[in-house]
Amino acid sequence: MLKDITLGQYYQTDSVLHRLDPRVKLIGTFVFIIALFIVNTPAGYLLCAVFLAAMIKLSRVPLRYILGGMKPVLFLLAITVFFNLLFTPGTPLVSVWRISITREGVSFAVKMAARLCFLITGTTLMTLTTTPNQLTDALEAVLRPLKALHVPVHEIAMMMSIALRFIPILMEETDKIMKAQMARGADFETGNVIRRAKNMVPILVPLFISAFRRANDLAMAMEARCYRGGEGRTRMKPLVYGRADYTAYSVIAAVFACCVLIRAAGI
Amino acid sequence: MSIRAENVSYIYNEGSAMASTAIHGLSVSIGDGEFIGLIGHTGSGKSTFIQLLNGLLAPSEGRILYNGKDIHGTETDLKSLRTKVGLVFQYPEHQLFESDVLKDVMFGPKNQGLSTEEQKERAVQALQSVGVSEEDFSRSPFELSGGQKRRAAIAGVLAMRPEVLILDEPTAGLDPRGRDEILDLISGMHREMGITVILVSHSMEDVASHVGRILVMDDGNIRFDGTPREVFSHREELEEMGLSAPSITYTMEYLRSLGLPVDTGMITISEAAGEILRCLEERNA
Repeated sequence: MLKDITLGQYYQTDSVLHRLDPRVKLIGTFVFIIALFIVNTPAGYLLCAVFLAAMIKLSRVPLRYILGGMKPVLFLLAITVFFNLLFTPGTPLVSVWRISITREGVSFAVKMAARLCFLITGTTLMTLTTTPNQLTDALEAVLRPLKALHVPVHEIAMMMSIALRFIPILMEETDKIMKAQMARGADFETGNVIRRAKNMVPILVPLFISAFRRANDLAMAMEARCYRGGEGRTRMKPLVYGRADYTAYSVIAAVFACCVLIRAAGI
Repeated sequence: MSIRAENVSYIYNEGSAMASTAIHGLSVSIGDGEFIGLIGHTGSGKSTFIQLLNGLLAPSEGRILYNGKDIHGTETDLKSLRTKVGLVFQYPEHQLFESDVLKDVMFGPKNQGLSTEEQKERAVQALQSVGVSEEDFSRSPFELSGGQKRRAAIAGVLAMRPEVLILDEPTAGLDPRGRDEILDLISGMHREMGITVILVSHSMEDVASHVGRILVMDDGNIRFDGTPREVFSHREELEEMGLSAPSITYTMEYLRSLGLPVDTGMITISEAAGEILRCLEERNA
């Protein structure tokens, strides 16, 4: 039933990208997104595309797998293109009644679509090559300076990793409860929307109760092991930069610089 | 009212890289009114097998017949099959959701499409048969004690008046007294209502003293099928599968090694006590 859903989609393989320090991948992805919004010419988009293609090649993740992750956002993409196409003022190309498709609209829609595609592919690539735990570690390390502003960085990171850890557990739980209610003759597949929503109650109530019970148990277990926040906490696997990580930073910096130059030169 | 599995296989994640076979080539026939114990270590395919029996999972190969009809055939309605082959999952109290106990137990009968009066009648009867007292009917199921919650949850399946009742480790997590009460309750239902019962258990003692027939599952198939005495005579093979004979059997063997000529085939405590007394009297005579 729920076994088809793949969440926190990490693709297990061994590649240069998988071995990189998660901080590099996090910062790199962030810089890449900024670069995507800096460039606005075909040459700039081409550069981003080449960079992305090289990264996909390096990651050894099958292209089919990456594109599979695009499916859920296609709808959003379609809406964006649709509105940009119809509601951008400028020189009209085609006019029907009071709505016209403009030259600027077409160019803007294409650009926006390219940006969104690159953005989603780039971030997907990051989650495919980094385990959720590595990612939260990286997030904690990168956001550490905010601690001076009394932002509870460690706590946020801990919450994130717990939430991610609980996804598969709660999925399994949902499956179990669904089956238990189906064994009592519950029906989740037929009826209209309201009926179906109502039929979800026998799943949701036990699921919430179980989530609270688990949260309680976890809090108790953490306290029993003297967990008291990030103060003075050491790590089993501290994040240490290696040579490959500095090389990666240089490559990202170079690509970003090129993007800025292309924009400045207006090519 | 019989269940037959014919050469049934079940593969999880079929067709993907993570495919794993849980059941392969299993055939068994379960007759009307039997009380069966299903044992096997974790991962032997017990849970998969019982879910196949009431159609929650469809076999990858082979078929399951209920009263001679394929349960995934066109003649059978799965929803009504599930009310005839009642399945009580492990920790069934985790499925409680209604605002009061009576309403929760009425959920099954409601799904069967019965009238409100009939739903209520069946629920009350089911709750009484599991020993939940009347003053608890209007309480929230979450206010009950652990043992009472489990009883209420079992009543939730019983209220559908199934012809076959499958229970997956109904005594897990209960204290010894709660365990005995639940087992006595199940035995009583089998005796008095004549329903077929399949009891999945980890406890050799539980099955030894209650059931009439034991199925031992190992590696996705049935290894032994017979009366408790027959099955527990294969002590060494059971140990190889990570199972054991009831602990009283080991006590009897120890006594024998000490020189008391007892019959080591005893599988329940009362049986064993009688045997020890007999031996002692014989020796003193």
